[in-house]
Amino acid sequence: MSLEILKPGLLTTIQDLGRYGHQKEGIIVSGAMDTFALRVANMLVGNPQHQAALEITLTGPTIRFTTDQLIALTGADLSPALHGEAVKMWRPLFVKQGSILEFKSPQSGCRAYLAVSGGFAIPEVLGSYATYLKAGFGGFGGRALQAGDLIPCHAPTGNGMELFKMAAGPTEGHTSTNWTPDPQRYPNYQPSPTIRAIKGPEYELFSETAKERIWSERFQVSVQSDRMGYRLQGVSLYLQEQTELISSAVTFGTVQVPPDGQPIVLMADHQTTGGYPRIAQVISADLPILAQVVPGQTIQLQEVTLEEAQQLYIRQEQNLELLARAIHLKRNP
Amino acid sequence: MKQKDMRLFQLYPLGDTAVTVQFGDCIDEDTHAKVRTFSAYLERHPFPGFVEQVPAFTTVTIYYDPWVVSEKGLYNPYTRITEQLQHMLKVAKESHKGSKPHVVEIPVCYDGAFGPDLEYVARHNKLTPQEVIASHTRGKYLVYMIGFAPGFPYLGGLSKKLATPRKQNPRPRIPAGSVGIAGNQTGIYPIETPGGWQLIGRTPLQLFDPERNPPSLLQAGDLVRFVAISEKEYWQRKEQQHES
Repeated sequence: MSLEILKPGLLTTIQDLGRYGHQKEGIIVSGAMDTFALRVANMLVGNPQHQAALEITLTGPTIRFTTDQLIALTGADLSPALHGEAVKMWRPLFVKQGSILEFKSPQSGCRAYLAVSGGFAIPEVLGSYATYLKAGFGGFGGRALQAGDLIPCHAPTGNGMELFKMAAGPTEGHTSTNWTPDPQRYPNYQPSPTIRAIKGPEYELFSETAKERIWSERFQVSVQSDRMGYRLQGVSLYLQEQTELISSAVTFGTVQVPPDGQPIVLMADHQTTGGYPRIAQVISADLPILAQVVPGQTIQLQEVTLEEAQQLYIRQEQNLELLARAIHLKRNP
Repeated sequence: MKQKDMRLFQLYPLGDTAVTVQFGDCIDEDTHAKVRTFSAYLERHPFPGFVEQVPAFTTVTIYYDPWVVSEKGLYNPYTRITEQLQHMLKVAKESHKGSKPHVVEIPVCYDGAFGPDLEYVARHNKLTPQEVIASHTRGKYLVYMIGFAPGFPYLGGLSKKLATPRKQNPRPRIPAGSVGIAGNQTGIYPIETPGGWQLIGRTPLQLFDPERNPPSLLQAGDLVRFVAISEKEYWQRKEQQHES
C-alpha cells in the first residue's frame, strides 16, 4: 500500500501537528501550517486528528495510488482532479487502485492537505512525523517529496473502513460522499484577509507612529515568505530608541521587527528563540487563515485582547469537536 | 548552595498559548541559576495542559493548551495558568543541592582548514594563533541556553582578549562541528548552515543527533571545556563515531 509520487510539485512534505517537547534543545516544532485543515482531513478518513498528512504547496504533485484508498483533501483549492475529472474537497473520497491524482492550478489558498486512512507507514522521530527540512529529519527522509518516491501507507482504520463502505460505489475510478461538513465551522478563509493579533511583549518599546501603523496599514506578504516566516512589506516600524534585546522564546504567529523596520511573522518552521522586538502576536484561531495567504497578497492586522483571543481559541476547538461529532454520526447513523 | 530567591519575577503572555516568566534583565549566573531551577522544576512537575518549557538567558517560557487549561472553556485560561505558575514559583527549589554542573569536554582541531579565521582572530587581538588556542582551551564556558539551531549552545565565558566581530559577509555554508567566535561569544555549529562567525576550529563530536536521547549533546546549565586535538585525532574520533 503506497502513494507513488510521479511529480513532486513545488513543495510537498509530510506534516502533523508538530514536534513538541524539544524546543529547549533548539529543535523547532514544524508541523502543518494550517493545522485546522490537517485535523479535518484526518477526521474525514477516520484517523486521529494528529495523524500525519501531505502538505501540498501551490503547485500540487501528481500521485498514483497503488491500492484502493480512502483519502480526503482539505485546505487550499489547487484544482484536484482524478483522471482529468475534478474532485470535491472536504469530504471522504474513495479512489480505486491505479488512480492518478493531479492538481491543475491554484484557485484559492496556498496549502492543501491530503490525508490517507490509516496514515503513512514511516518512522516517528522525536515523537512526530513532521518534516524538519533544515535539519533533514522527520517525515519522508527529512526532505520534500521527489518524483519516484513510494510513500508506504498503513491499512485503513476501522473507522475509515466504515466510511469506505459508505463511499464505495463504482468498481473503478473514484467516488465521494454527497455530504460535506458544515463550512460555517471553518475559519473565515479568504484572500488578503484581516488577521487578528494581540500586542507583543515589546509593543510599548515602539514609536507612537509604529504602534498606530501596525494596526492601520496593509502589508504585502513578500515572495520571500516560506514555512519559517512571512516577510511583510509596507511602512517601516521603528523602536523609540535602538535597544539590544536578550534572546528569548518566540512562537508561531510572533510578529518580530528586525532593524530594517519590515516585520516578519514567524510561521510553523520558526526558530525556537529570537532577539528582535516583538510588536504583535497573531491569535492562534487566525493562524490557519494566515497559512493560506499566497505571497503577493496583503494582510491587515486587527487588535484584540488576550481574553478575546483565548475565547476564539476555545470556540475553534468547540467547532472541531462539533465537526468530529457530525462526521461520526455519518458513520453510524 | 545558596537558596535562590525565586519570588522576584515578571510574568507576561507570549500570545494565547504561551507565558513567559522573566527572572532578570541581564545575562548573569545568578539569573541563569533561577532560570535553571524553575525550568528543572517544571520538567519534574508537568500539569494538565502543559505542553513544554523553553529556558533562555533570563526567561522560561511555558507553552500550554488553553482548551485543556480552561477545562474546555469553563475558566479563563490565562488566569488559570498564571495562578498555577505563581504557585509553582513559590514552591520551586533547587533540588540538586550542592550537585556539580555537568562538565562536557569538546575536542577541537584548530589546524589549517578547520580554523580558516584563526589567523584573523589572532591578528585582530594582537596575539599569535598559539595564544588564541591556549586562551580558548583555558576557559570554562557555561551553556546559558540552546537555540538558533538544534543543539546550538549559547556559551558564556569567552576571554575578552579573544572577542572578534562577525564577518562582514556571512559564509553560505558552515560545516557541522565548526567552532567560532562572534563578538564576545563562542559557539559550535551543530548542523551545516549559513553563518557569519569567525571559525577557529572544528570538533569531531556530533552536537545534535535525532536518534540519540537526548538529541542535543549539551543542555542548558552544562559547563564546556575545549581540548585541542591534532588533525589525526580529529579523523580518528570521527571514524569512531561512525562505527558506533
